[in-house]
Amino acid sequence: MSEIRNYTLNFGPQHPAAHGVLRLVLEMDGEVIERADPHIGLLHRGTEKLAESKPFNQSIPYMDRLDYVSMMCNEHGYVLALEKMLGVDVPVRAQYIRVMFDEITRILNHMMWLGTHALDVGAMTVFLYCFREREDLMDMYEAVSGARMHAAYYRAGGVYRDLPDRMPQYELSKWKNEKEVKRLNENRQGSLLDFIEDFTSRFPGYIDDYETLLTDNRIWKQRTVGIGVVSPERAMNLGFSGPMLRGSGVEWDLRKKQPYEVYDKLKFDIPVGVNGDCYDRYLVRVEELRQSNRIIKQCVDWLRRNPGPVMLDDHKFTPPPREEMKGNMEALIHHFKLFTEGYTLPAGEAYAAVEHPKGEFGIYLVTDGANKPYRLKIRAPGFVHLSAMDEMAKGHMLADVVAIIGSMDVVFGEIDR
Amino acid sequence: MSEYYQNLIEKLSSRFGDAITGSSVQFGEANIVVDRVQWLALATALRDEADFAFQEMIDLCGVDFSEYGDGVWEGPRFAVAYQLLSIKNNHRLRVKVFADDEFPVVDSVVNIWSTANWFEREAFDLFGIVFDGHPDLRRILTDYGFIGHPFRKDFPLNGHVEMRYDPEKRRVIYQPVSIEPRVNQVRVVRDDHRYSDRMIEES
Repeated sequence: MSEIRNYTLNFGPQHPAAHGVLRLVLEMDGEVIERADPHIGLLHRGTEKLAESKPFNQSIPYMDRLDYVSMMCNEHGYVLALEKMLGVDVPVRAQYIRVMFDEITRILNHMMWLGTHALDVGAMTVFLYCFREREDLMDMYEAVSGARMHAAYYRAGGVYRDLPDRMPQYELSKWKNEKEVKRLNENRQGSLLDFIEDFTSRFPGYIDDYETLLTDNRIWKQRTVGIGVVSPERAMNLGFSGPMLRGSGVEWDLRKKQPYEVYDKLKFDIPVGVNGDCYDRYLVRVEELRQSNRIIKQCVDWLRRNPGPVMLDDHKFTPPPREEMKGNMEALIHHFKLFTEGYTLPAGEAYAAVEHPKGEFGIYLVTDGANKPYRLKIRAPGFVHLSAMDEMAKGHMLADVVAIIGSMDVVFGEIDR
Repeated sequence: MSEYYQNLIEKLSSRFGDAITGSSVQFGEANIVVDRVQWLALATALRDEADFAFQEMIDLCGVDFSEYGDGVWEGPRFAVAYQLLSIKNNHRLRVKVFADDEFPVVDSVVNIWSTANWFEREAFDLFGIVFDGHPDLRRILTDYGFIGHPFRKDFPLNGHVEMRYDPEKRRVIYQPVSIEPRVNQVRVVRDDHRYSDRMIEES
């Protein structure tokens, strides 16, 4: 009889289901995974080292490029660490804006996750619907920051500017006729808040659509139920956070347990899974979409009623307004100092974490009193989740690896940093 | 919050005695420094004892202190910083373990928190800190065949080599880096800003 040997299979780095640049070396016995060894670092840019050579504010755009599908949440983590060390409190309106955009980002992220996860597992339609909704959400990003993805909108001390009074509209062009433009501009007649409110009233219906396509779908369940099961004890030991931890049945959400900004004033629930498999993680994330929608509604309501400053009026670390600079010597000096040298933080170390759509996103900052960080460590949730790949994939079939990668919601910008 | 962490630190000091060589509460967070030799036993206790119950190790990273405060640093060069989280008690703790300058070695905590596996590989890759007892200490983020530890302070930001395609040899080659290092904004240490004073008053 001939000798039976395990063989190794290279999965990625250019495989569409690898979600970027994951190279997975799989040791297989027939079609069963014996060992999975992810090789990461193909997107390593040394963000942490680069940040050490730049004043604090210049690293905010780098944060967008970490997890490039949930940009503002990354900024939020970084900005919170700066504010913790500065010891300042942000204006309440800025806090509400941040929370609202965090939740918009959460929907943005989960839409990307749901679409690609379903596509990997074989459901094409959901992908198209999800990307339709992402378009509206990115318009909100664009209206507030000028960029559709890499916003660089949050600052230490608030957000860069207030919400616009007018939502940008489509114009006639070679590609869009009058009828089309009219249809597209229908919900863009008012302010950004009107546009967001319109979205929140439509969105629950969209979630129902996705659920109709997936939740009771026989094929979807066959591919996800009982796949990649993680017990609550193991999930904690493996350092899971966010939907991965909640999918395993641990009730843990930083927005509730260690609230930052105004989360303690808002009403929302934390969905928790039971079995810790891919299907439960799917259910948890879908419910999170509904809860995020609920939070956005409350924020819109509050923001309508309460105008006010969105940035601290302390020009040691926030830029003075332009018009003031024209006539005021002190404002001019502040501006010059801020953009040539930046601000310094007191010596010491701090760790700030936010409930990122993927899990706990943390920034560990060590400073020695300079205008640049001495050491910046980014705690990326995806890094931790992917490190459990071996344990989760062991004993499953090759096709299940795709479902597991999908349910982890990995993005290589943050894993490789 | 500071008061709670002050109590936690007192509890830790009375439980572990001289294994804890330093402690502080800063920015509402608890920090302890642990003796390298006793770290492994202490870590097990931190995870298992009900008062502490740090079930999750959130983060592990290396720090190179050689240029801290423009050279005023006198302690050991390398440190490993652990961020611990207790889901049961809802508190956090930061532990620092210092390692020797020449050949930094710290005990691996893979058997206590499985997360440590990749984090320790990362700290080894970027700082050259060796974790004793780690089952598979390979490089993780840098290229296959990379030389050096890029996050050490004596490693230049531009690196040492660059890569390009050589049409004559018809393959990718490495060559010494051609771009000049430049400093756009100078590093300045200032302690004249008002916030640090306020923080000291509060703590």
